[in-house]
Amino acid sequence: MPQLDFTTYLPQIFWLLVTFTVLYILMAKVALPRIGEVIEERRDRIAKDLDKAQRLRAETDEAIASYEKALKDARSEASQIAQSTRDKLGAKSDTKRKKVEAKLAKKLNDAEAQITAMTDAAMAEVGTISNDTTANLITALLGEDLDAKKISKAVNAQLAS
Amino acid sequence: MSATEAHGPMHQFEITRYKEISLGGYDISFTNSALMMVIAVIGITLFTVLSMRGRSIVPGRWQSMAELSYEFIAGMIRENIGSGGLKFFPFVFSIFMFVLFLNLIGMVPYSFTVTSHIAVTFVMAFAVFLLVTIYGFIKHGFGFFKLFAPAGLPLYMYPIITPIEIVSYLTRPLSLSVRLFANMLAGHTMLKVFAGFVIALGFFGVIPLVVIVLFTGLEFLVAVLQAYVFAILTCIYLNDAVNLH
Repeated sequence: MPQLDFTTYLPQIFWLLVTFTVLYILMAKVALPRIGEVIEERRDRIAKDLDKAQRLRAETDEAIASYEKALKDARSEASQIAQSTRDKLGAKSDTKRKKVEAKLAKKLNDAEAQITAMTDAAMAEVGTISNDTTANLITALLGEDLDAKKISKAVNAQLAS
Repeated sequence: MSATEAHGPMHQFEITRYKEISLGGYDISFTNSALMMVIAVIGITLFTVLSMRGRSIVPGRWQSMAELSYEFIAGMIRENIGSGGLKFFPFVFSIFMFVLFLNLIGMVPYSFTVTSHIAVTFVMAFAVFLLVTIYGFIKHGFGFFKLFAPAGLPLYMYPIITPIEIVSYLTRPLSLSVRLFANMLAGHTMLKVFAGFVIALGFFGVIPLVVIVLFTGLEFLVAVLQAYVFAILTCIYLNDAVNLH
């Protein structure tokens, strides 16, 4: 059994110590720090990226909130403006309408008064014309002049009937 | 060495001196075992250094494998020792990769399995034992002896428990080294024995051939598993030294 050949122990052990020492130094000083660095770097990078994503999301939420608030404000402002405009316009048209109505009412009154006056005048004139016509007719028919007072009395009686 | 022995199942474990070297009367010849260890060191270094050359945030295949082995051993240390064990990370990583590569190189036909020699596995196990013992005494002083007298036992138990604890502590290098050496030795010998049957049985050699194929798969599993076992036991022993229980 070659494992029990003691003359081979020394060379085996010697080269084991040499190669393992070399391996240990290479691993401890060169290989492992490099791998560790890369893994660390990746961990940092992922943590940073996650942080950034979180921050961006918070910012987005904030932006959405402020946008919605602005939208709400704008809406309420718009409805307010619309309401006030409607109110203003309503008031304006009211006063205008009232003014026009008042004007029309006055015109109507004036017109009525004028008509009344004209009717009165016309009626008054009707009396004179009737008197004159009657006097002329009587003159033409009877050939004599009758007392104007009598004629007017008779005409008035006729008109009143 | 007779001719039959040269092709026997144990021939694969023969140490061949490629270059005779003697230092102060001591034989430190460069052998097939030494060659495999040098190949393993070069292989591990290339694997861990070249694969990380890109240093990419999104790793490729090789980088993933290197990072996986790193995270694997780092996780093993975190779980078994805790943060106090991180200074042993390079050591445990080197042990694991060394044993793993030597076991896997041993699976290559006509190569040599360094870990099938008790001389090598015992020195590794003894190094772990020495490290644990020395670090334990440096860290806890004579308090490290408390390891052999676990707290919270009834007094009359201590005369029984303490010798058992001491013996189990002292046999650790033996059990650790024999476990690895015996697994590799048995597996490889078995493969060779069955390979001999393939020739001997003629047509019916197909049966042992199938067995060999299946067994080779199992041997790969054993190669990786034993490296894992060696590393995790190293962690468990180091845990005693770091956190005295």
